[in-house]
Amino acid sequence: MLLTNLEQVPGKKIVQHFGLVQGNTIRAKHVGKDFLAGLKNIFGGELGAYTELLAESRQEATDRMIQQAISMGANAIVNVRYSTSSVAQGAAELYAYGTAVKVDL
Amino acid sequence: MEIIVLLILLATGYFFGQLAEKKHFKSIIKREKAHLHFPVVTMRTPPAITQHELNAELVAGNAVISIDFFKKFVASLKMLFGGRVTQYESLLDRARREALLRMKEQAALKNAFVVMNARVETASISKNSKRRNSVGAIEVLAYGTAISLGKKIQR
Repeated sequence: MLLTNLEQVPGKKIVQHFGLVQGNTIRAKHVGKDFLAGLKNIFGGELGAYTELLAESRQEATDRMIQQAISMGANAIVNVRYSTSSVAQGAAELYAYGTAVKVDL
Repeated sequence: MEIIVLLILLATGYFFGQLAEKKHFKSIIKREKAHLHFPVVTMRTPPAITQHELNAELVAGNAVISIDFFKKFVASLKMLFGGRVTQYESLLDRARREALLRMKEQAALKNAFVVMNARVETASISKNSKRRNSVGAIEVLAYGTAISLGKKIQR
């Protein structure tokens, strides 16, 4: 599966459009990690656990988007976008969307 | 008693916060120098290279950076008067540069020569449930399409 956030796949011709595909995941923070993060709020610096957690969750959202594209018979997703929003206190939604297409390989 | 606790928190926040920030900026500047030759652009049309096939791949980098207690305290005082809040400026600057660097490093691993359509997105992760508008930490995500050369086109 080819993923890009350009409007075309460089050097390849788009032969079919399948429309929007999307994937999301909502993650809540872990209590233990949250406590450590609270301490970090005094000292400052990077919250490594959160960085990893968010990267992982974003990957999961991307995987769901890819699954949807595969089920449609696409082999590439163009114009991929990410967005993050907090839905409730302590939980965040990670959202990935793009346009599923078929390209000449 | 409460004042003593506050002062201790401020002192530790100031000391460790400054230390962490200095260390972080040092590492950022060092790595930025190492990746100076690597262009990251916001253009969307791929380069007109006809001799080679081009490979496109999504790359991303993220960073979650927390503010320290001292800066938060000073910033909350500044909010009373308005004006520039340099405490948050440096926090966001650090996070953005770190996220962009991580994206660049990932692209360099894939033998790319340029990252196109780079986008930077910021989200604030509020820690404190009592004060809803307080900024505890911010997350910055940088993503783009890494372009690398594929095999040569035979004519």
